[in-house]
Amino acid sequence: MPAVTETIETVQAVTEGGYKWGFETDIEMEFAPKGLNEDIVRFISKKKNEPAWLLEWRLKAFAMWQKMEEPRWAAVTYSPIDYQDSHYYAAPKAGPKSLDEVDPELLKTYAKLGIPLKEQAILAGVEGAGESPSDSGRMPIAVDAVFDSVSVATTFKHRLEKDGIIFCSISEAVQEHPELVRQYLGSVVPQGDNYFAALNSAVFTDGSFVYIPRGVRCPMELSTYFRINAKSTGQFERTLIIADAGSHVSYLEGCTAPMRDENQLHAAVVELVAMDDATIKYSTVQNWYPGDAEGRGGIYNFVTKRGACRGARSKISWTQVETGSAITWKYPSCILQGDDSVGEFYSVAITNNRQQADTGTKMFHIGRNTRSTIVSKGISAGRGQNTYRGLVKISPKAHGARNFTQCDSLLIGDQCGAHTVPYIENRCMSAKVEHEATTSRIAEDQLFYCRQRGLPEEEAVGMIVNGFAREVLKELPMEFAVEAQKLLQISLEGSVG
Amino acid sequence: MLKIENLHAAVDGKPILKGLSLEIAPGEVHAIMGPNGSGKSTLSYVLAGREGYEVTEGSATFAGQDLLAMEPEERAVLGVFLAFQAPVELPGVGNANFLRTALNALRRAKGEAELDAMQFLKLARTRMKTLGMTDEMLKRSVNVGFSGGEKKRNEMLQMSMLQPRLALLDETDSGLDIDALKLVADAVNALRGPDFSALVITHYQRLLTHIVPDRVHVLAGGVIVRSGGPELAQELEASGYAGVQDGTPSKRSFDGSPVAA
Ligand SMILES: Nc1ncnc2c1ncn2[C@@H]1O[C@H](COP(=O)(O)OP(=O)(O)O)[C@@H](O)[C@H]1O
Ligand SMILES: [Mg+2]
Repeated sequence: MPAVTETIETVQAVTEGGYKWGFETDIEMEFAPKGLNEDIVRFISKKKNEPAWLLEWRLKAFAMWQKMEEPRWAAVTYSPIDYQDSHYYAAPKAGPKSLDEVDPELLKTYAKLGIPLKEQAILAGVEGAGESPSDSGRMPIAVDAVFDSVSVATTFKHRLEKDGIIFCSISEAVQEHPELVRQYLGSVVPQGDNYFAALNSAVFTDGSFVYIPRGVRCPMELSTYFRINAKSTGQFERTLIIADAGSHVSYLEGCTAPMRDENQLHAAVVELVAMDDATIKYSTVQNWYPGDAEGRGGIYNFVTKRGACRGARSKISWTQVETGSAITWKYPSCILQGDDSVGEFYSVAITNNRQQADTGTKMFHIGRNTRSTIVSKGISAGRGQNTYRGLVKISPKAHGARNFTQCDSLLIGDQCGAHTVPYIENRCMSAKVEHEATTSRIAEDQLFYCRQRGLPEEEAVGMIVNGFAREVLKELPMEFAVEAQKLLQISLEGSVG
Repeated sequence: MLKIENLHAAVDGKPILKGLSLEIAPGEVHAIMGPNGSGKSTLSYVLAGREGYEVTEGSATFAGQDLLAMEPEERAVLGVFLAFQAPVELPGVGNANFLRTALNALRRAKGEAELDAMQFLKLARTRMKTLGMTDEMLKRSVNVGFSGGEKKRNEMLQMSMLQPRLALLDETDSGLDIDALKLVADAVNALRGPDFSALVITHYQRLLTHIVPDRVHVLAGGVIVRSGGPELAQELEASGYAGVQDGTPSKRSFDGSPVAA
């Protein structure tokens, strides 16, 4: 059964309110000592048996990070983070070498997460298992699962290898394909790009790696499930996707975390590279623990995502559904270098209770006739604060560049906030930039109409909100769109009545 | 049956219904006519439980249950259906999705099995055919960009799918051509039976030649000022509401606007 089917069932099975992924898995873990210094960076690199160049790369990043200041320009407030009071490496002790060796608790976790349990054998790395299409008859989905600091398993690897596609954890890629990693790592988001990217570069532990060869259309959705489980740990994953000329790939990431009173830091870096005529579609369903109704606990989701459209006619499309995290600070961006390249950003961000989101995108138009589309749907409820922050920058040589931006905000209740901060820097006469923005509330007559037809109030709100977000949701791979719709409704529980 | 006694209701503190009483027995269809602003829509909203329509006195029960104590969705589960005078637009919400969600919400509340997408589609297509609607209407957002007539038909589609026990039709005939009017009447008549009651709000006698009511009431100034059989509708259409006004007869045409002397 594909991951998504079980995920949907997981969501559907739950009827009561609250965060449904807040369970904690009690398995034996190996931790690095708390704190952050050069020795920790060396410890991580050693654990991963990394080549010397990568250790050097990490240490350089660490040195940069130490000289940097935490950014404060986002419209979010939180108490200072003590970077020394956290573990930077946490891994399940039982390595998933064979099914017998897999800690049953870990498997239970994946069952709860909706990762296809039928593929347990694959998750455990048993050779040849699960390489036939799933019996549901649907398109299989290859899954990489990252549990705290390590990737525990990747499914459908061998099937993908037939097309020359590499889909594995970044740690594995460092060992097996060092030349690719060395060529592209940090080529889109350099170590010193920003405070959190520098931190990630120093201490990243795992993440996914994808390489699609020339002219290959990836035959299935690739997806990664990230899970923070251990206490007092940060998660610093690093994802690198390279689509060679004429290739095509659709990738989806999902994430959840246990409910805890403490705030946990998640500082990921995602780099995408698209060559001539290549297309990368990157979708995120972000459902980290948002904290409780009073704002205790929850994940700080400080993430740098950027794609480079290096080749002519290449295309990178970001779609994100951000429902979780106490704080989201995230601007998936596109560098449109290749002539006629295309960047897209479709976003739904929900903030309920005390959640804060400052999210948006940056579109850098460098090549000729580059085009970008930005559709942002912000939904604020409770005391949630939702900011769209975007930059459209058009360089003098980007003749014929075009951007269209649409930012819509929906307010539920009167204690939440929605803010739109669009920056436009256009230095090219022949470029065209359009911006539209609206702010609205769920109308009383819409709610009444739905309820008159028999929908309970929360279901009615969910329906109206999903309608509001439809332009974005329809960009998700179809199976995930269903999951995302349910998530939107669940995220708004308690926001009405 | 629907039993309304001495109903008083206010909007924004302004009294609109001022002691309205009405009984509709199971299996009966009643019509309400009356000038604009007399409180017809207000009555339908109060019965359906719209926020802001405050009941200050009186009672309304259906099938022995106190309607006024229930949430709007509970009334829907009980079988109350309101065909809106101005159906509401839901941007981005697919018509099929909306209809199926509503149908399944009612079925769930009644402990019935939900319909899957295929079962739903089959049923919806049958009903749409009789209403002269095309499949394409299912794909569009609820009421968005619908013509006036399409909106009214869509209300009737919902009604025929949800199978209410009490239908409140608020000027469903307004703005419809004669063919569409007949389809609306057919949809209502198809539901008629011993376990179905309806309150049909209209300005025009012509709807009532297709949905023949058991009783006709005239609402004016927040109370029922006159009741009679189907012939009352014809009389009103001929003479307007003059003489039926709440104690203060004034010359008004049937849409409520003053008639030049
Ligand atoms: N939401 C509202 N706010 C203020 N007044 C209202 C509102 N709705 C209705 N009214 C007033 O209540 C009276 C009755 O309106 P309505 O029930 O719509 O009449 P009808 O349907 O018979 O034309 C009118 O005077 C109208 O102006
Ligand atoms: Mg009216």
